[in-house]
Amino acid sequence: MMARLVLRDVDVQHGRTRILFGVSASIAAGQIVGLIGPNGAGKSTLLNAIAGQLSAKGKILWSGKPVDARDIGFMPQHCQVRAELSVLEVILLGRHEQLGWRIADDTVNAASRILAFFEISDLAARSMQTLSGGQQQLVLLAQRLLREPQLLLLDEATSALDVRHQMHVLKLLKDYVARTGALVLVAVHDLNLAARHCETVMLLNGGRLVAHGAFQKVITPDILRSVYGIEAEFIPSQSGTPVILPLSPTSVEANPMEKSP
Amino acid sequence: MTLFSAEIDGMRDGYRRASARRSFVLIGALICLVLLMVLDLTTGPSGMPLVDIWYGLLAGPAGDDRMVATILWQLRMPQTVMGALVGACLGLAGLQMQTILGNPLASPFTLGFSAAAGFGAALAIMFGSLIPLPGFIVIPACAFAMTLVACALVYLIARLRGATPEILVLGGIAVLFFFQSLQSLLQFLASPEVLQQIVFWLFGSLLKSSWTSVTVTAAIAFACLPFIARSTWALTTLRLGDANARSLGLSVEKIRRHTFLIVALLTAAAVSFVGTIGFVGLIAPHVARALVGEDHRFSLPLAAITGAIILIGASVFGKFVSPAAVIPVGIITAVAGVPMLFAVIAKRGQRGMA
Repeated sequence: MMARLVLRDVDVQHGRTRILFGVSASIAAGQIVGLIGPNGAGKSTLLNAIAGQLSAKGKILWSGKPVDARDIGFMPQHCQVRAELSVLEVILLGRHEQLGWRIADDTVNAASRILAFFEISDLAARSMQTLSGGQQQLVLLAQRLLREPQLLLLDEATSALDVRHQMHVLKLLKDYVARTGALVLVAVHDLNLAARHCETVMLLNGGRLVAHGAFQKVITPDILRSVYGIEAEFIPSQSGTPVILPLSPTSVEANPMEKSP
Repeated sequence: MTLFSAEIDGMRDGYRRASARRSFVLIGALICLVLLMVLDLTTGPSGMPLVDIWYGLLAGPAGDDRMVATILWQLRMPQTVMGALVGACLGLAGLQMQTILGNPLASPFTLGFSAAAGFGAALAIMFGSLIPLPGFIVIPACAFAMTLVACALVYLIARLRGATPEILVLGGIAVLFFFQSLQSLLQFLASPEVLQQIVFWLFGSLLKSSWTSVTVTAAIAFACLPFIARSTWALTTLRLGDANARSLGLSVEKIRRHTFLIVALLTAAAVSFVGTIGFVGLIAPHVARALVGEDHRFSLPLAAITGAIILIGASVFGKFVSPAAVIPVGIITAVAGVPMLFAVIAKRGQRGMA
């Protein structure tokens, strides 16, 4: 049987503010799932809860067991590294639990191979401090892949990447999923990116799971109006998935986010 | 998989070369330390040429030339070895403190451990006569115990409020002021003779060393080593930042709490016998990082060696400047530390980093 991520009534509270309201879902492994929704919808909170980084009520089960932080790959948002460590050293730390006084050739090779796959071999010996934000993001993502996780949780992991690297990384993730049958859960803002690369999407709004399913079923002009408060045009494209072109914010009266007390 | 094999080989060889270079730096530093220690042995109020040192060392503590054997083995050797040990403890403790607090200005004394040791020593100097034990045991024991009390206080705060750098530093500052005030109170109450003793203790001088202090300090330092070795990779991972380290499955707060216990032990071992010696624990980690980066497999040993080099260097310098009345080494490191600190700040400024 294929592994599954099961969420049952997941509630998260920060002090007296409730952030997630009973999120329930059952997600099969072997796919890339996009987590979408406006700012403050609870995407990061949900990922953090699944990764076990904050306490949540309800059940979070991976293959029927509670998630163990050591078995997953989780990449939080906005991680800057300000240490005098080379890129290859940072990648190696992805397996910090297994490293000893001498690092085996196999481990160094595995780390180097990931850098080669990411097309950043030329950065291997560079100090992390000299990299741009996007380059750091690539390195940290590569580091998570060295752990070869079956559950990979990425919070805005491609937000700082240029177009080419964004596509390249998503292709790598696709290959990774195809090869290992892993589940990749990725929070994205770019709807077109989600449309093209995620088999299914989960739409969060105001801490609630609004919809879950194939992108074209979930994202409709009505949903964009009610959840994001925008008018958008869906332009058919050769790839089969329409391109979403945001046109204008909906008028204040029609915007449900403004109406709520 | 033959894909990219040339690239992979290139990266691996590059990594191996970098590691080899770091090992050479470590060996070089070690040689430098040994040379300095020999130089330290040859200097002193009564002087002694290198040849005599050589034969004195060969003859051992029970050598025929009683004067050489006594000066070398009973006076200078404990001081030199103690200097190396104290410097190494402070360098190690300093690097670990800077790593767990993520702050380049942290030192072993940041969390108030030295103030606590000073208070313990002052307490022992004032009231030690009430305890039927010789002063050379009571004073260090008291200083050691007080350091552990300070450590327990900070640990308690960290346990209750979470071991974040902010909480640790705030708790540490509170502890620092608490013990400093108590120490001032003791100094205020003390008679002039006792006050002089307290002040002299606070200066930090290797003249207080003996084989007893060497043995105790070495025992504590070596007892800490396995724990430090075990946390090496965790400390390196911590340098990726809390969020990253935690997402990689590291118990960030636990490693912080454990590490600062080790720092407290090392600091207590270093200062209890010889008094407070500033700046070594602040500067040595910077030198280590600049030379070998932040892979703690290399930077921890190098911080220890650098700490020892700085302290022995200061000791040699002190004996050269005034051979008759040796200046306490704590004063020299404090004075010499200021330009070194400026150099560190200037270098960081040039690289455009905070």
